[in-house]
Amino acid sequence: MALISAINPLLTAGWQTGGHEWRMEKDAGWRLKDYEARGGYKALRKIINDKLTQDDVIGEVKKSALRGRGGAGFPTGLKWGFMPKAAPVKYIVCNTDEGEPGTFKDRDLLRYDPHSVIEGMIIAGYAVGAALGYNYIHGEIYEIYQRFEEALDEARAAGYLGGNILGSGFNFDLFAHQGWGAYICGEESALLESIEGKKGQPRFKPPFPANVGLYGKPTTINNTESFAAIPFIFNIGGENYLNLGKPNNGGTKLYSVSGHVNRPGNYEVPMGTPFATLLEMAGGMRGGRKLKAVIPGGSSAPVLPAEIMMDCTMDYDSLAKAGSMLGSGAVIVMDETVCMVKALERLSYFYFEESCGQCTPCREGTGWLYRIVHRIEHGQGRADDLELLNSLTENIMGRTICALGDAAALPVRSFTKHFKSEFEYHIEHKKCLVPPDVQYEGSKIYVRPSAC
Amino acid sequence: MLSEDALKKIDREVAKYPADQKQSAVMAALVIAQDEKGWLDRETIGDVADYLGMAQIAAYEVATFYNMYDLAPVGKHKLTVCTNLPCALSGGVHAADYLKKKLGIDFNETTPDGMFTLKEGECLGACGDAPVLLVNNKRMCCFMTPEEIDKLIAECK
Amino acid sequence: MLDIEIDGQALQVAEGSTIMEAAHQIGTYIPHFCYHKKLSIAANCRMCLVQVEKAPKPLPACATPVTNGMKVQTHSEQALTAQKGVMEFLLINHPLDCPICDQGGECQLQDISVGYGGGASRYQEEKRVVVNKNLGPLVATDMTRCIHCTRCVRFTQEIAGLMELGQAYRGEHAEIMSFVGQTVDSELSGNIIDLCPVGALTSKPFRFSARTWELARRKSVSPHDGLGANLIVQTKHDRVMRVLPLENEEINECWISDKDRYSYEALNSPERLTKPMLKHGGEWHEVDWQKALDYVAHAFRDIAKNHGAAALGALAAPQATLEELHLTQKLLRGLGSENIDCRLRQSDFSDDGKRAGAPWLGMKIAELNQLDRVLVIGSFLRKDHPLITQRLRQAAKRGCQVSLVHSADDNPLLNVFAKSIVAPAQLPQFLAQVVKAAAEQKGAAAGLDAGIAALSVTPDAQRIAASLVSGANTAVFLGNFAQQHAQAATLHALAQQLASITGAKFGYLGEAANSVGAYIAKAVPAAGGLNAAQMIATPLKGYLVLQAEAELDCANPQQALAALKQAATVVVLSPFKLAGALDYADVLLPVAPFSETSGSFINTEGRVQSFNGVVKPLGDTRPAWKVLRVLGNLLGLAGFEQNSSEEVRDEALGGKPQFVGEKLDNRVNGVAPKLTPAIFAMTTIQRIADVPIHFADALVRRAPSLRQSKDAAKPAARMNAAMLAKFGLAAGDQARIRQGTGEALLTTQLDAGLPDGCVRVAAAHPLTATLGAMSGEITVERA
Ligand SMILES: Cc1cc2nc3c(=O)[nH]c(=O)nc-3n(C[C@H](O)[C@H](O)[C@H](O)COP(=O)(O)O)c2cc1C
Ligand code: SF4
Ligand code: FES
Repeated sequence: MALISAINPLLTAGWQTGGHEWRMEKDAGWRLKDYEARGGYKALRKIINDKLTQDDVIGEVKKSALRGRGGAGFPTGLKWGFMPKAAPVKYIVCNTDEGEPGTFKDRDLLRYDPHSVIEGMIIAGYAVGAALGYNYIHGEIYEIYQRFEEALDEARAAGYLGGNILGSGFNFDLFAHQGWGAYICGEESALLESIEGKKGQPRFKPPFPANVGLYGKPTTINNTESFAAIPFIFNIGGENYLNLGKPNNGGTKLYSVSGHVNRPGNYEVPMGTPFATLLEMAGGMRGGRKLKAVIPGGSSAPVLPAEIMMDCTMDYDSLAKAGSMLGSGAVIVMDETVCMVKALERLSYFYFEESCGQCTPCREGTGWLYRIVHRIEHGQGRADDLELLNSLTENIMGRTICALGDAAALPVRSFTKHFKSEFEYHIEHKKCLVPPDVQYEGSKIYVRPSAC
Repeated sequence: MLSEDALKKIDREVAKYPADQKQSAVMAALVIAQDEKGWLDRETIGDVADYLGMAQIAAYEVATFYNMYDLAPVGKHKLTVCTNLPCALSGGVHAADYLKKKLGIDFNETTPDGMFTLKEGECLGACGDAPVLLVNNKRMCCFMTPEEIDKLIAECK
Repeated sequence: MLDIEIDGQALQVAEGSTIMEAAHQIGTYIPHFCYHKKLSIAANCRMCLVQVEKAPKPLPACATPVTNGMKVQTHSEQALTAQKGVMEFLLINHPLDCPICDQGGECQLQDISVGYGGGASRYQEEKRVVVNKNLGPLVATDMTRCIHCTRCVRFTQEIAGLMELGQAYRGEHAEIMSFVGQTVDSELSGNIIDLCPVGALTSKPFRFSARTWELARRKSVSPHDGLGANLIVQTKHDRVMRVLPLENEEINECWISDKDRYSYEALNSPERLTKPMLKHGGEWHEVDWQKALDYVAHAFRDIAKNHGAAALGALAAPQATLEELHLTQKLLRGLGSENIDCRLRQSDFSDDGKRAGAPWLGMKIAELNQLDRVLVIGSFLRKDHPLITQRLRQAAKRGCQVSLVHSADDNPLLNVFAKSIVAPAQLPQFLAQVVKAAAEQKGAAAGLDAGIAALSVTPDAQRIAASLVSGANTAVFLGNFAQQHAQAATLHALAQQLASITGAKFGYLGEAANSVGAYIAKAVPAAGGLNAAQMIATPLKGYLVLQAEAELDCANPQQALAALKQAATVVVLSPFKLAGALDYADVLLPVAPFSETSGSFINTEGRVQSFNGVVKPLGDTRPAWKVLRVLGNLLGLAGFEQNSSEEVRDEALGGKPQFVGEKLDNRVNGVAPKLTPAIFAMTTIQRIADVPIHFADALVRRAPSLRQSKDAAKPAARMNAAMLAKFGLAAGDQARIRQGTGEALLTTQLDAGLPDGCVRVAAAHPLTATLGAMSGEITVERA
């Protein structure tokens, strides 16, 4: 694991643990001097000193097989390569709108190691020829936004941002933009609209941001974790990075483990690590109870029953094969005290609440889905409801402007598929299979999670 | 109208964006306005729009689209508890129930003394630290056991 | 060109087209709601999903660009399933209240749901209800019916130029609305009714009055501004119920202004005159046509005999038809008088006799779209020319540099490149600076008059000139304000010179429906005749007033009223029992408005547009051309034998031209610009008079709904802060405005964009009809 700890921002910053406490003042190592002491900004200096070309930089990222950590898993190097060379004005945008239930990794990255993201964005700006960047930060983590602005001031003062960076003639400046409570702004084109000072309503694609992005100009947009990985890729070399994981699934990945485990938290492990190992790192099942189901990639990813999950390794290909996806790497662990109807009801409410309202199937469909699940949960289910749910998800998926439609439909499909009997029981008996007091007890966590 | 101080803060936000893209600062400007006024009434939204040279309805669209803008008065302390699934698995609903009982109000209500408003939140992006709640949009409190909640409420009063 | 296939049919389409456009090309219909060819693509309704070979999911036809070799299926199972799925979603929260919905029968949702809707609803949950919004007097809302296509929102942003509507809130809670407490005040607002594919936005004046299938649809032409918008007039039981645009890409595209749309209410106004009336001993009596016309014939013949024919004059509105104007001038000239004019608001006639032809736009309306440089001199653009301004707005978006020189700074809601707002008396000076700057930049300064050459050029003038000089397709236009200016001839001469230096096209933004037609019909005086100003300045014995309301339509209402009052005989031909005329006229003849007669207008681009009456004349009303013809007969004049308005038209035009191109020419020869502000002593206060859009003519003035709109607000005394201070006034105070022999009490209003030394007081309104010349001097004091 030596190599991993060398590249792992949270590890090197001293925070590869679950169950840490949220106290900003205790996070000592996020300042520029700490980052530099850990070898920060070395990658940028090297790129500038060696006068790497834009193609060199993009080539190295391609070699690493880094895939976007925001959810879609698109190869980052490829994405950078799409940027038109000749365009005079281009932008770099970082997506820290982390609002997908279960995901909380980008918050920790900005909290413990903001400069790794800044350095990654500067390198991206260098690679695609952009002079201005924005980091869009989830509105609910205001303290992190403030810290990031401080980090930006540090970087600017040290000459990493601004004009003629490190004497290279390359100019790049970076600002933070705060979100203010809209999950949909995590969708990249909605995020761009939001930076433009509008409602966060996704744009129809094509054109993609690489051609028509922020203010109509070519824009590269990546997830926070994707940018944070960039300096480390250059520090150890693209190929080494790839080899940390497995073919087509390069490097390491941060997993946000939440739910019924003893030590919820962020864990960075190599791609391809067995789920069982991750579960163990997170302290195992809370109260020693039995694993029932796992949502392995954020709330939009299909749920998997325990048996299937225990056979999976944590990477794009294995989870896809199992019928789910790696998504943002948010692992929501559920034990046997969970009522799957109630769990789905809460998620469906979320998508209903967060639909931007722009396109018909999502605006109208998410509410319909939620109301049906809500009815079932409240003992008013009808015999044909499951069939209706299935048909509605078919009418939503693939017919919307952005992927929120799919994100709302996939949980419904997977919950009703893998836990069909529980739904049927609910409809027939007008109550939960799992007694309510068992559910309530099971989700109680009035003990501080054991410190590591 | 907004205070000089608020306008100065808004100017600082405007400066982040290209000169012809003042509207980009509208989200931050509305936050600044909300901080100053407590909530966003029609006039304030209109003033912000005028200051940034954008259509008033466009600013209103923004103010109504994002959850954390308050379009009606709220208590001195707005507490937003996340009850989304990951949090609900680890005490989110319990924390909300505890608060409801303690404050004697339900979601979307304000205590008679105007001190507290309770809101149900969607994912705050801190699911590993459940139960989590947000105080006045800006301060995040984690692992909110009954003792922690008691402490917070005492501190607010 | 790309080769593609739609439903098995091969076709070639231009690169950059969408599937929707391609399908349109071969007449294949793809159901849609949010798509509209004049608006940006939103792709939000998802109704237009089609199957594209190799695409894993159905794609929206409206937003998907075609690629070479693309194979599209609009009716395949995949496409139909997708379309039906969307339809179901659209209907779940829709009230399905078609029987009581005003849109019933002309609803896209209703039409498409017949083809794509399912049978019984699978939606058993509660439906959404949305509260209605007050968008003002013209547009009614039923927001629960809204399907969120956002066409209305995009219209206000993109076409009308100011985002007055938005989609607030999010998800299922989304609501289309104006900013809280505000109405939609655009002069183009009614178009959102046509755009709304469901019954969420309907016409407030029209709603609940008829079903679309009960209405007869007739073509017509707008009788208001110089554009000549094409109309569909809908009637029921010989009553005009509604007016809609008739699409004509070359003129109004698919839009009309609110004035065009709602002025029809005046057609059914209680003020309509339905019987000829004669004043006897100060009392009005209804009489039959025979008696009325005999009276007129006698009176005119007497005046001609006793005072000479030159004691007779005709003042005709430029909104009268070509046929009416032709017969009027023929009548007057037949009697031996050369006194006939339509240019009622003009005050400087020194160009007369020097014009090479009829003043016009100088180009086709559609050519406005191609301009890359424009200078508009003296125009209240949006309110005087709503749809020409709309075209300039689109041109500006494509990069056309639009510059303005004017005396008021009303926001035209378009991207203005440069502007200069100066007092009316300074306009010639400023324009001359632009001429000088342009000449210098072109290296042609040698030929300039000494007066112009001596001017020093301000940076604004320099910048405007530079813009014009750098264009490839440039135009210079004179607006209504410039045409009505006390030094209109000078402005014309300078603009003409500027156009010739810069190689620009040069034109007039035609004020009224027949401003061009008036010249073609020769309803303007030739040598020896009196023009409109002279006819009221040197009072005559007898007046014929055609379709005009002299005290509101003339440049100097005070003089007009005095002249008409002293005359022995005043004959007014009007559809309305005009309040003023009841006082000064002797005969009132009920003649048809545009909806009740056939006739023609020649619009500002010189296009002859003939139309038929759409309903029977009200009561004893008769088409004015018939009245004039009979009058000609009664007077024993030759050449009044026409049997149809077409015959009159062909006589007036000397054939059946579609355009009167060869008679159009903006050039004026031999006018030397007068650069000294001779008309105004600089110590006095100059009046800036606009003609409020909904008071511009006798018809629109009487449309009740328009009168409730913001544009019909009472005229105020508007001035800048310095002027307010000068008079010791605060905005909102009452001010006494004096001009000539009259005065008006007006509320003061701050208008920061007005130049010093000026007060803006609207014309064409009863409140200000007591005042004198639009382009004149006034005094102001606290009331
Ligand atoms: C509804 C929705 C929400 C999303 N939320 C996020 C998010 O919170 N953070 C994120 O990085 N990407 C999110 N994405 C994915 C982004 O659209 C985009 O793919 C990503 O930011 C690209 O960065 P990457 O290539 O580095 O992953 C979301 C997508 C959708 C459809
Ligand atoms: S799918 Fe939903 S969130 Fe995405 S654009 Fe459509 S309405 Fe908005
Ligand atoms: S017409 Fe294509 S999505 Fe609405």
